[in-house]
Amino acid sequence: MANIPQKVVHKYLRHNKKFPHVWCPGCSNGTTLGSIIRAIAELNYDRDGITMVSGIGCSSRMPVYVDFNTLHTLHGRALPFATGIKMQKPEQKVIVITGDGDATAIGGNHFIHACRRNIDITTIVLNNNIYGMTGGQYSPTTPTGDRATTSPYGNIDPVFDICELAMAAGATFVARTTAFHALETQDIIKKALEHKGFSVVEVVSACPVIYGRLNKKGGGPEMMMHMRDNSVPLKATEKMTPEQLEGKIVRGIFKQVNKLEYCDAYANLMSQFNVKEEAKK
Amino acid sequence: MAKEKKEKVVENMETEVVAEDTRKVVLMQGNEAVARGALAAGLDFYAGYPITPSTEIAEILSEELPKKGGKFIQMEDEIASICAIIGASLAGAKAMTATSGPGFSLMQEGIGFAKATETPCVVVDVQRGGVSTGLPTKPSQGDIMQSKWGSHGDNPAIVLYPHTVKECYELAIRAINLSEKYRTCVTLLLDEVLGHMREAVKLPDISNVRIVNRLRPTVPPEWYKHYDENQKYISPVASYGEGYRFHVTGLAHDALGFPTNKASEVAAQMKRLKRKITHNIRDLVQIESYMMEDATVAIFAVGICARSAKAAIKAAREYGIKVGLLRPITIWPFPDDAVKKMLRDVDTIIVPELNEGQLINELHRLTKDKADGKIIPIQRSDGEMITPTHIFRVIKEAH
Amino acid sequence: MVKKTSKSKDGQILTDGDALELMEVEITEEKENIDYKKSPVYIYYEWCKKCGICVAFCPTKCLGRHPDGSPFVEFPEKCIHCETCDRLCPDFAITGAKR
Repeated sequence: MANIPQKVVHKYLRHNKKFPHVWCPGCSNGTTLGSIIRAIAELNYDRDGITMVSGIGCSSRMPVYVDFNTLHTLHGRALPFATGIKMQKPEQKVIVITGDGDATAIGGNHFIHACRRNIDITTIVLNNNIYGMTGGQYSPTTPTGDRATTSPYGNIDPVFDICELAMAAGATFVARTTAFHALETQDIIKKALEHKGFSVVEVVSACPVIYGRLNKKGGGPEMMMHMRDNSVPLKATEKMTPEQLEGKIVRGIFKQVNKLEYCDAYANLMSQFNVKEEAKK
Repeated sequence: MAKEKKEKVVENMETEVVAEDTRKVVLMQGNEAVARGALAAGLDFYAGYPITPSTEIAEILSEELPKKGGKFIQMEDEIASICAIIGASLAGAKAMTATSGPGFSLMQEGIGFAKATETPCVVVDVQRGGVSTGLPTKPSQGDIMQSKWGSHGDNPAIVLYPHTVKECYELAIRAINLSEKYRTCVTLLLDEVLGHMREAVKLPDISNVRIVNRLRPTVPPEWYKHYDENQKYISPVASYGEGYRFHVTGLAHDALGFPTNKASEVAAQMKRLKRKITHNIRDLVQIESYMMEDATVAIFAVGICARSAKAAIKAAREYGIKVGLLRPITIWPFPDDAVKKMLRDVDTIIVPELNEGQLINELHRLTKDKADGKIIPIQRSDGEMITPTHIFRVIKEAH
Repeated sequence: MVKKTSKSKDGQILTDGDALELMEVEITEEKENIDYKKSPVYIYYEWCKKCGICVAFCPTKCLGRHPDGSPFVEFPEKCIHCETCDRLCPDFAITGAKR
């Protein structure tokens, strides 16, 4: 097997972790993990300098598979944990992996405050519109009218637009892409990692085994085809009428502004005491 | 106050103060003493949320921490605060938060996470009156059981309980030292009265204070196990960003920190957490035995009630009744041996506490014969303190 | 010999109570060992969960699919080394060999 071509991804996976990973056949989390790793490989970051934090949920099982400093926290609480790590060690590149429920339902309060603070953390929200881990309950992004195990008569809840929420709360880099557009995901995540400030990347993901089956949206391939055929790049939307935009996933970087980053603000505060960053024990 | 013979026989106490302190007397608030003590112990990181009666701790640390390169952040709620200090601790910081009853309830899941992942941190709970939002500016001792059983599942509890402003300072240091030594979350319980009142205090000189830092790994990264089994039970802990690239999860985990469902590995983890307490009772338990040598009546009390008890004892002694006080400084793990000894030596025990019976249950747990006349409760949960005269009256009746 | 099993067409294992019709599956012996040097693509069958994404999105349709859902290189010469399969595979189970 000597001449088996090594994938970029294999170099960053944890060799002492059991593969294949835990996600279902056709689940987009694996695809997105590949895009994230390729973005990191492209930036040639040192592994010791990366801390990947996640909450609870299918997407949050990601950090255990990668060879970085990794932390699998409590449901909805990835961002406060990450804030603690980033404040203590600003030189760490902190990446938060979270799901639509983990980030905007139970973790909503922490999400908006992390956006407000503009702390240099890259948050990747894997939005598969369902609580997959617990078997298919509806989440704040499950389309109204859709089936879930807790909305057997169709979901009556209105829906969050994660990017609007992040922009309104003050995040300085907000983008959306889909798992199918793996190259675009890789590129956007690269830009998000380079951005100094709070960056939110929403990756529209497929959950075929639960969400797909409950709503008859087909298997892995079919749901990815839906992403391919029902999404439009941001630039194209200017020339499109609202009717044409109906039900379309808009992909692209919605916001990218530079604002004083939180750890820098704290460093400025400390500089009045001309104290060097306390030597790490 | 006459210089009464304060016989502070503190059994098996490795005091935090190693040499006679020579500092001048300072008038200091209890909350401030907690903050200063934490700073003396090398606090690096504080995350908190305002709540009466503990906010002064946050205010002082927001002023002091930046001066020494430490980090202060006010989070959006108490849940975020406990999570932030655990994150900071994983990145190598000595981290602390302070709250009161309502916030303490919110922090329970995070506290459980800190204990399960064996990440050092300190939570200060300045108890306030009543249930729910209750009496923010009034004292109570209603969180005693919560400080042990608050978080779900079996998790080790180390809880310290000061009764003077000076002890606030010392126990803040000890809490951080114990959290570093035993890689867990240590809780410091205060009464609102103690947190807010000011007292003349002679603080030990910083150089005399014994500082404990967490055990650092000596093996290179490839051999590092975040929960190494054969290190008996307290294994060295690395920090993020030092080249160790370990994994931490709240799920039941194996020696490498990876999630596991294997019963043997889960049993090993639970046993390790349990042995942290059971194998270290001598080091953890501290109890003050005050005038107990010839006592026929004993008072069992913590915190501010112990202060009232000491005054009552003085009066009762002048009245001719031999009364003593047994005061746990570490309430969890509970000082079973010392209490059993007291139960044998003394025929009546008075238990004053500002709740509807929590400490007293522990005493009942330890008494074989349920001699009802033996243990006399004095309980108040209306926000007012139990006064020395009240205790003195009960002593006389019991005698 | 034909074995009845509860698998949907695109190879996903179904639990009982799912409406999709059951599919007959013949047990196929592994074809002769594919010479990986010539094959443009290598597939890790231990990791492949037979989701069918690579087969569906190969632009030149050079990947075929066994009845049990697992992909195989049907037309090696058609492969244009675009690595779409490599990039979209959720299980890192397929590698586009460099040109």
